[in-house]
Amino acid sequence: MLETAFFYMFGGFAIAAGLGVVLARNTMHSVMFLIFCFFNAAGLFFLLDAEFLGIILILIYVGAVMVLFMFVVMMLEVNRAKLREGFLQYLPVGGVIALILLVELVASVSSGVFGSAQMQQAAHLGQDINNTVEIGKELYTRYLLGFEVAAIILLVALVGAIVLTIRERKDAKYQNISRQVHVRKEDRLRKVKM
Amino acid sequence: MVSLSAYLVVAACLFCIGVVGLFLNRKNVITILMCIELILLAVNINFVAFSHFLNDLAGQIFVFFVLTVAASEVAVGLAILVAFYRQRRSIDIEDINTLQG
Repeated sequence: MLETAFFYMFGGFAIAAGLGVVLARNTMHSVMFLIFCFFNAAGLFFLLDAEFLGIILILIYVGAVMVLFMFVVMMLEVNRAKLREGFLQYLPVGGVIALILLVELVASVSSGVFGSAQMQQAAHLGQDINNTVEIGKELYTRYLLGFEVAAIILLVALVGAIVLTIRERKDAKYQNISRQVHVRKEDRLRKVKM
Repeated sequence: MVSLSAYLVVAACLFCIGVVGLFLNRKNVITILMCIELILLAVNINFVAFSHFLNDLAGQIFVFFVLTVAASEVAVGLAILVAFYRQRRSIDIEDINTLQG
């Protein structure tokens, strides 16, 4: 009973926050709504016995990715009125496409294949089962290759982001190491007859 | 008890909200990136729900990978945006077609 109440709370807040992301006039408010949406999604993950992923969602997404979004929104000086231009221009097309998609998805989902009668009602795991340990066992054995590829993707993204945003300042003074090493005594020293 | 279809309906709603957002905020690159995040979140909820109801951890592992790719995508996308803003002093999506060279 309590679980159902929490499900409706988290799910309702997540959808409301999603609408807020799309409709908010201020980009900063969109970021805030998205953070709220992630918190509620993490709550849904907790209800589904995925504690590790819920914590990851809060730590990585709210703590790192959304802070990055916030940083960029604050750093870029954006003309807000211009961004809202033609806001409703594509509403008919987009609305129709999304509505059809929603009707199709909801119809197929609630057609009875995934109802509580057909899918065996999953019991919650016991307290002695550690979700993190179980994920670790799977991740480091059967999905080791995927794990390594994910690590490489993160490394490439890290290097790419730094290379894209690095800015060499023209007024700064840099050492030319090669010239510094190759310098001879004659280059620097001059004998003067007195 | 909450059935699987309830979770799937929530994920479907989030997915469609993300798709509508892509159409509505066509000028704002940052909001477009956030809508993509919303769509990926809907997919993640689907993965975790199926993982719970099928009692199979593979779904959660895939959520892990999706999170990895989404995080790197955001990092690179925002880096491109910042680099572009330095050049143009605007992030209008109409100007971004100059990136094609």
